[in-house]
Amino acid sequence: MRLEVDITGKTFRSAAGGTQEVLAPVKFALQSGEVGVLIGPSGCGKSTMLRIILGLDRDFGGHVSRPPEARIGMVFQEPRLLPWRSVEQNVRLAAPDVSDAKLSELFRILELEAHRSHFPGELSLGLARRVALARAFAVEPDLLVLDEPLASLDDALAGRLRDEIATLVASRPVMTLLVTHSLDDAIRLGDRLFLLSPRPARILAEVPISIPRAARGDAEISAIKADLVRRTQGEHGGERAGRDVS
Amino acid sequence: MLRLLSFALFLAIWWIAALFVGAAKLPSPPAVLNVIIAEASNGALFLHLGATLARVTLAFVLAMSLGSAIGYLMGRVKLADRLGDPWLILLLNLPALVVIVLAYIWAGLTEAAAIAAIAINKLPTAIVTLREGTRALDRSLDEMASVFAMPRWRAFRHVVLPQLAPYIAASARSGLSLVWKIVLVAELLGRPNGVGFEIGIAFQLFDTPRLLAYSLTFAAVVLVIETALVQPFEARATRWRPRAA
Repeated sequence: MRLEVDITGKTFRSAAGGTQEVLAPVKFALQSGEVGVLIGPSGCGKSTMLRIILGLDRDFGGHVSRPPEARIGMVFQEPRLLPWRSVEQNVRLAAPDVSDAKLSELFRILELEAHRSHFPGELSLGLARRVALARAFAVEPDLLVLDEPLASLDDALAGRLRDEIATLVASRPVMTLLVTHSLDDAIRLGDRLFLLSPRPARILAEVPISIPRAARGDAEISAIKADLVRRTQGEHGGERAGRDVS
Repeated sequence: MLRLLSFALFLAIWWIAALFVGAAKLPSPPAVLNVIIAEASNGALFLHLGATLARVTLAFVLAMSLGSAIGYLMGRVKLADRLGDPWLILLLNLPALVVIVLAYIWAGLTEAAAIAAIAINKLPTAIVTLREGTRALDRSLDEMASVFAMPRWRAFRHVVLPQLAPYIAASARSGLSLVWKIVLVAELLGRPNGVGFEIGIAFQLFDTPRLLAYSLTFAAVVLVIETALVQPFEARATRWRPRAA
């Protein structure tokens, strides 16, 4: 399976009547088993790009080809759970074919066992994010889209969830698209990093990481990071890049 | 306990007022109770109550289902909203009496005419409420359902319907009270049975105990249906909301 994105542009009409360019031409492709990471400043149009790729926004120039039978698992920036359904029902409604064993396994990994029958309104944001992850994993997706899935989680949990994402990606031939602000997450998970410019977004650089995920030790990671910081500083100032690294 | 107390207070005020005004205008509670028992034992009370309830049920179900469907459509589709809006304003402001009289003239003094007239009176408020509910639907959840490729029916049942439930409950509650009020007028004007018909007879004979007997039994039935059916449905529809302390 293969995801091909070839967007020639996207403009919004503002309420005042003017038009605003959100996306410049953006072109990339993703294979099964690959993790692509979109890194860019806030408000550069990443979410718009995701909406186009997911088929939620059809009003754009260019085209996106994605296998029609591909199952999509998505973690939105906000959890987007159904407040009137329990945690377990939320997952099962999105993934009706999930087996009991698989579900228990997911809930165990994400430490949600105690919350199965709770309603989302009773959960903290961190817990709700984990439910959203469980839902995306439970569908056994062919295309996994993660929009800043680890934001607002503590480091230990974020680290473990990152490992879980890595395990899932390794266990099935899934195309993964990750949007993140964290260079750390990007380098640990990604196979190819796409550095985006400020709005209107275009791809400044595509950085492949050739070392297999499992073999990336601390030394390799800091080397890649140093390289990335150098590149981003070159493009749009040290202030942003400095914040990315922190 | 508090409810019982308030009911006892109501009876006491009634009784005292009856002593002052005289039995011709306001009969005492026992006098009315006697009429209720007499009408119940010869079966007339249940016949008329049954006829009225059947009309209420049919008209209510008709207006709610049709009104919800149209309201949902108008909330979702802009064209439907534009086309339907003038009709809606007309229906909303049309007096119930006009609808009932016209229905009887055009469709004859029939059961169908009565039920249609009652339903038409309730229809526009159901449409307006459900249209508001549909406009307030959370689009981000629609997107979620679409990304996870939920089949239409499942998405409607689990994503859309729970958001509409409070609006449906509100529309059922206000609609039921509207139907209770209009059904008696429709019966008074053109039906040979029902609580409204009996009240019409009692009015012509200035038979106040009979009038009160039917009105109060009717009110009691309304109260029972409200507490036994409408309120539990409302509570169930909003059960996921964190309770106010």
